[in-house]
Amino acid sequence: MEFFVTLIQVLDSTIRLATPLLLACLAGLYSERAGIFDIGLEGKMLISAFFSAAIAAVTGSVWLGLMAGIGASLVLSALHGVASITFRGNQLISGVAINFLASGLTVLIAQSWFKQGGRTPSLFGGGRFEPINFPFAEALSGVPIIGPIYSELLSGHSILVYVAFLMVPLTWWVLYRTRFGLRLRAVGENPAAVDTAGVSVVGLRFAAVAICGVLCGIAGAYLATALQAGFVKEMTAGRGFIALAALIFAKWRPWHAMWACLLFGLLQAIALRFQNIDLGGVVIPVQVMDALPYILTVVILAGFVGKAIPPRAGGEPYVKER
Amino acid sequence: MDKMPKWADVVLIPLISLLLATILSALVILAIGENPVEAVNLMVTGALGSTYGWGYTLYYATNFMFTGLAVAVAFHARLFNIGGEGQAMLGGLGVAMVCLYIPWPHWSIALLGAGLSAALFGAAWAAIPAYLQAKRGSHIVITTIMFNFIAAAFLNYMLVNVMRPQGSQDPATARFPEAVHLPTFQSMFSTAENIVFRGAPANISFFVAVLACVVVWALIWRTRLGYEIRAYGHSETGAVYAGISPVRITIVAMLISGALAGLMAINNVMGEAERLVLNSTEGAGFIGIAVALMGRSHPFGVFLAALLFGFLYQGGAELALWTSIPRELIVVIQALVILFTGALDNMVRMPLEKLFLSLRRGAQ
Repeated sequence: MEFFVTLIQVLDSTIRLATPLLLACLAGLYSERAGIFDIGLEGKMLISAFFSAAIAAVTGSVWLGLMAGIGASLVLSALHGVASITFRGNQLISGVAINFLASGLTVLIAQSWFKQGGRTPSLFGGGRFEPINFPFAEALSGVPIIGPIYSELLSGHSILVYVAFLMVPLTWWVLYRTRFGLRLRAVGENPAAVDTAGVSVVGLRFAAVAICGVLCGIAGAYLATALQAGFVKEMTAGRGFIALAALIFAKWRPWHAMWACLLFGLLQAIALRFQNIDLGGVVIPVQVMDALPYILTVVILAGFVGKAIPPRAGGEPYVKER
Repeated sequence: MDKMPKWADVVLIPLISLLLATILSALVILAIGENPVEAVNLMVTGALGSTYGWGYTLYYATNFMFTGLAVAVAFHARLFNIGGEGQAMLGGLGVAMVCLYIPWPHWSIALLGAGLSAALFGAAWAAIPAYLQAKRGSHIVITTIMFNFIAAAFLNYMLVNVMRPQGSQDPATARFPEAVHLPTFQSMFSTAENIVFRGAPANISFFVAVLACVVVWALIWRTRLGYEIRAYGHSETGAVYAGISPVRITIVAMLISGALAGLMAINNVMGEAERLVLNSTEGAGFIGIAVALMGRSHPFGVFLAALLFGFLYQGGAELALWTSIPRELIVVIQALVILFTGALDNMVRMPLEKLFLSLRRGAQ
């Protein structure tokens, strides 16, 4: 029974930790499926985390914070779009620049605004996303097995967690069942064909980059206003890169992205709860858990376990024939 | 025919990009309510106004020369090595092992041994992404990013669980023995009555870095291998047609790149800290990207850009000390430099090309 309680707790924190990964991963999915590589997920999450926390702290409204976070993330998305679509610059270098820009600006602004060593004041009350409790969660918690699963695992998360997981079927539907999705996938594989069909490559790619910005914004806001209460320096802690790893792991597909993010969330949850894991004499140090998402991604990229083939036109600026 | 003269490409575009980055940085300083002119004054006096300041500026510049060269060599083969950070961390491990476990008689031999070990460790860390890119087509940018994180976890494990001296709480190795301490600028240039570079970390590895610039220049422009690397970077199909093996060039270029990044450790680990600590690289591997872009992947450009960033780093530290501007301002400037010299290159280039074309037409 004690094992079961622990399991539920670990899975519960898995869901919490997987949520920002999932949002960022889906963000990257839209962008990369449209042929725009984005290694700036980390930076967009970070700047959103800061602005959502800052505005939530100043106004006391978490919803205004969320809006501010999305807005800030969209600004960086626009920058990435201008650099990589309009000026046909190197998308990877642009992503690197965006990560540094966010990392520097957040601390700089936080320090001059709040003077608390690069953090925002702690959020409380309406400044945070409160957990949503499902109906009868309290009453059902006593029921064996199902009770804890319902009331602990599924109920009691903030609304952004449910938004993140609902985004998975929505993304699948948009990508595979709508005209926009078909064009989006086409522009990442063969932009010339899309252009020939009279559809704007630039417009589609900007749309994809904008969706990416919105989702990264939600991810960052979740970090600062739901998972934690306020912004601290470098709080994304490489999550943008884990999301990127998950995206490759999932081979750029929405449902697989969810499972990949849950897996990486589970690894984080285990690393958080147990330090060194003793498996009958063999001790797995906590650093192995930290590194595992990256190692798994390299293995997948190496193509030894199924091959990860990115969208064909990914990373290539589109030059219209003249 | 080229659209514009070579000097415009080599000198004018980086200068305009730098100017744009500077203007934006000044606006950022204004926006947080500080005076940009005063800030620049403080940075100049802090970084260049004394031998102490120079000692720090050159110390940082040494790091950035190694990592900048690392990125530049890979750029010549059209490979983007973001993994300089991880490779430099592993270089640190290489230095620490050699310095701690081998009894060196004199620092000069130790420097050779440690440099070799650092380069080997760095190259080894670049070897796997290189192999995967060359043989399996795995994107080198993604694999080197992943290897940065794996390196951080690995180093953390080594320092916490293996190399930490008994009874110490600090995740760091023991101090290196006296015999492997490198001569600092203070001991090299001070006279009995006039002590210069007092307490500054600049050391003999600065000259190793300058030497590395020269060697890389000779390698890229004066050897057959360098020619092959540039040819491959220019056109893969052309290179294949000329009988150049893409697999070989990819792997060799990345090994050189990793070795250069690893070599940084003789400066920060052996020269300054004199032990291996967590996060000893302090992001220098990433600054290498800005340095290489700024220096147009030319060793002399890298040398100048490294000095500039060394100045920014030391100046930024002084700013943080005397004003309310935090050190992160440097990260913003670094981001703007990468943005303008790298990603927004065409934004500067396109109008300039038009200008030169119209000038030329006017002249005819």
